[in-house]
Amino acid sequence: MPDRGRIVVDRFKCAYCGACVSVCKNNANELVETFLTIDDSKCNCCMLCVKVCPMGALSVKS
Amino acid sequence: MSEYDVVVVGAGPGGSTAAKSCAEEGLNVLIVEKRQEIGAPVRCAEGVSKSELASLVEIKKRWIAAEVAGAKVYSPDNTVITLSAEQAGNEVGYILERKIFDRWLAKQAAKAGADILVKTAAIGIEKDGEALKIKLRRAGEFFDVTAKIVIGADGVESRVGKWMGIDTTLKLNEIESCVQYLMTGLDEKYDMDYCHFWLGHSRCPGGYIWLFPKGNGSANFGIGVMPSMAKETAKYYLDRFLEAEGIGMSKVVEVVAGGVPVSPMEKISTERCLLVGDAARHADPITGGGIINAMRGGKIAGKVAAEAVRKNDFSARFLSRYDKLCKEDFGKTLERNKILQKKILKMKDETLNNLAKSLEGYRMEDMSVTGIVKELIKRNPKIFWDLKSLFL
Repeated sequence: MPDRGRIVVDRFKCAYCGACVSVCKNNANELVETFLTIDDSKCNCCMLCVKVCPMGALSVKS
Repeated sequence: MSEYDVVVVGAGPGGSTAAKSCAEEGLNVLIVEKRQEIGAPVRCAEGVSKSELASLVEIKKRWIAAEVAGAKVYSPDNTVITLSAEQAGNEVGYILERKIFDRWLAKQAAKAGADILVKTAAIGIEKDGEALKIKLRRAGEFFDVTAKIVIGADGVESRVGKWMGIDTTLKLNEIESCVQYLMTGLDEKYDMDYCHFWLGHSRCPGGYIWLFPKGNGSANFGIGVMPSMAKETAKYYLDRFLEAEGIGMSKVVEVVAGGVPVSPMEKISTERCLLVGDAARHADPITGGGIINAMRGGKIAGKVAAEAVRKNDFSARFLSRYDKLCKEDFGKTLERNKILQKKILKMKDETLNNLAKSLEGYRMEDMSVTGIVKELIKRNPKIFWDLKSLFL
């Protein structure tokens, strides 16, 4: 996969709603209770989760 | 290893209703809920139709936060359309206290015979000969249970469908990105006998802003925007709106966020699997409301699962009767409202203003989407020519 950076979670902004999980085709995002994880080995940095996040808690870090 | 007829993943209204329905049919059923608390945090504006809810469960005062007599809809230029009950005192809507409601529903399922495990996540499903092996993680410990059927009621973030071969991944034009504040002290500014809805692509692109009263001057004040149309986050638009309304942020009791699926799916069952509620995308594309359909679907899922167990037939073909029954019950309305939603999303704010003005002075007593659209079609036949056959 081309290195397009990685998605990072701002834990102070995340409201653990799971919207980002619902748009990820690769099941890279996973929410356990209040803790969102993103599996970099599954993520292709398509940015859909960044765009769907209601709180603006996700961003790309190159 | 425990053996069940049915494992239900997710203890929201859809999952608990499905489990109760299974148990009442005599099935051996387990609900697993990944959170440690059922019903919290909510991801919901909590509004339901009074008559529809009453057709599903016996109403209990302890999970009703407030009753409303109708709705006020504000067009982009704030032309108000008031929808209200036929007579004063004849409330049409409930705002639920989901934290209490969801737990009550789960207890009803337990009373009917269902087992419930919280803090227990389903982490995978394997086909194990004549059954399914549901892999679970409970408070960090791994174990399996077997089931003949899995009911995926695991919400917008559903994994069950994907594991079983139904791709439930949402596109950016199939979801509303939502944020909501539970605020107090709103009764000075807003009529708390009504739900309030604000429309307009500039203030809430591809969605709407809502205020649902929760009693004692408090209310759920929230927004949904469609990510494919919005340049900023849902939170940005809500905060901007509240500032424009002159509402300070000093009386926020709770913040919740969420995603609402607003695009129905063709297939909601497959071999040994039924999907319920948001996992089946049963929320309404126009209103975003999902509680009633989740419960209706859950009830049907329980009956279909019981039939499958009795006949020992878990094929995709046999279970497709679930799709058919849901479609007959509420699925047709979802599909129709999806067509309406696509049309409204293309409308400019100016058109929405004109539509609102076309209804001015008319006393709307039919609260349903169908009722409003029927009246709009009558008054604006040219704009809605293509929807005529769907609604009239």
